[in-house]
Amino acid sequence: MGDTAGKTLLYPAELKYVKTHEFIRVDGAEATIGITAFAADQLGDVTYVELPKVGAKLKKEAKFGVIESVKSVSDLYSPVSGEVTAINDRLSSEPELVNLDCYNEGWMLKVKLSEPKELDGSMSADDYKKFVVE
Amino acid sequence: MTTAQVKQTPLASAHKELGARMVDFAGWFMPVQYKSIVSEHTAVRTNCGLFDVSHMGEFLVTGAKAHDFVQFMVANDINKLNKPNMALYTQMCTDEGGTVDDLIVYRLDGGYLLVVNASNIDKDWAWLNENVGDYKGVALKDISEDMGLLALQGPKAVDLMASLAGDWVKDIPSFHYATGKLDGIECAWGRTGYTGEDGFEIFIAANKAEKLWKKILDKGQAFGIEPCGLGARDTLRLEAGLPLYGHELDENTSPLEAGLGWSVKLEKGEFMGSSTLNAQSKMGLSKQLICLKTEGKALPRQGYPVFDGERQIGAITSGSQGITVGYPIACAFVPRGYSEIGKKVQVQIRDAKVVGEVVKRPFYKRK
Repeated sequence: MGDTAGKTLLYPAELKYVKTHEFIRVDGAEATIGITAFAADQLGDVTYVELPKVGAKLKKEAKFGVIESVKSVSDLYSPVSGEVTAINDRLSSEPELVNLDCYNEGWMLKVKLSEPKELDGSMSADDYKKFVVE
Repeated sequence: MTTAQVKQTPLASAHKELGARMVDFAGWFMPVQYKSIVSEHTAVRTNCGLFDVSHMGEFLVTGAKAHDFVQFMVANDINKLNKPNMALYTQMCTDEGGTVDDLIVYRLDGGYLLVVNASNIDKDWAWLNENVGDYKGVALKDISEDMGLLALQGPKAVDLMASLAGDWVKDIPSFHYATGKLDGIECAWGRTGYTGEDGFEIFIAANKAEKLWKKILDKGQAFGIEPCGLGARDTLRLEAGLPLYGHELDENTSPLEAGLGWSVKLEKGEFMGSSTLNAQSKMGLSKQLICLKTEGKALPRQGYPVFDGERQIGAITSGSQGITVGYPIACAFVPRGYSEIGKKVQVQIRDAKVVGEVVKRPFYKRK
């Protein structure tokens, strides 16, 4: 069920995606990380996002935080390895940005990539869309 | 055991048309949300919302000894239903005082209607039949399959009902019901609910339920109505301090322990579970339900342990963001001595211990 509640969920073509429903926006050696529209829609009203501190070292596929909605709580998994260079502070007071605009205002982390090759294992927007429809 | 088939209410296709997210709840295919839980919760607190609760069970109890049977099976005193068209909240207990279910009893012409939780229909039916033997001539009938049930709740619910049925519905007192026509369809509606707001619960023949559902949503546009799912139903009931079976109530928990003593009438004489309930009332309770407001933004959820310092004293039964009150809220069972308002305990949320303050029940009360 890719489309739920009558909404059409978007997966921008310029982003990369992973099976744990995080997206990656690559900008040179840096990447912006957040969760996909599918994940935000499944969670429903987000009430809390727990993020690592700037400087934290992330390992691909390891847990980096927690996201809570009224309905449920889920772990967040890093789609890349690297060092956190920025976190989206606005999410502490406006967690609903994840629902409203997950790819832009609702971003979570900026990471300096330590293993850029890892990106080869991620999905394109089309592949991710197929993945969530199944 | 064979795999039980997931049951559908008469409104299943209407929910899909509205784009609801459907889940399996206690064996029923039910809408958990349409737009969002926050939006539906807020609609019920400020305007009105319409819920499909057709999954709930309805049993008819008739016969000369129907009164005596129901009076023995429930903890409240059904003699309070001293006029027709009245209803009352109560529980059925085990012989040991645990809670079999909580329910509403409606007094009918020549009998009673018991409205029970969907998750307990089979168990309640068996329990009633097991105990009816001493009451010769009492007939039990399960009419759950034939009955649709809609809940219209919120500060504008009564005005919306009045626009459909006439201004007289405004005079139906709380926990009373009336029968009449809505959009030409025979139904009955009680001034009851499970949200902490004013409103009605409407009984209607299952095959007419979809027509009425659509009519109320259509007419309700002018009243800011939203269709609401089980997600909002849960956040609304928790804020209003109302128990949910399987969370605050179960067969190891008495209604007294769950803080429902106001609805337990020990003075009415012997009834199922009364000896244990009498003893609990005299000797004191070994556990008590408390309401907690927790610090921070992480939400306390069912099963999370509650501590006094290093010692675990209990566990959360229900927890959520209090959408109207604006902070995380929860209920928990703890030993005696922890129920004083203002008392501080700690709730383990993942790897952190968060301070929880005991607050008065309910968290939210309408003005």
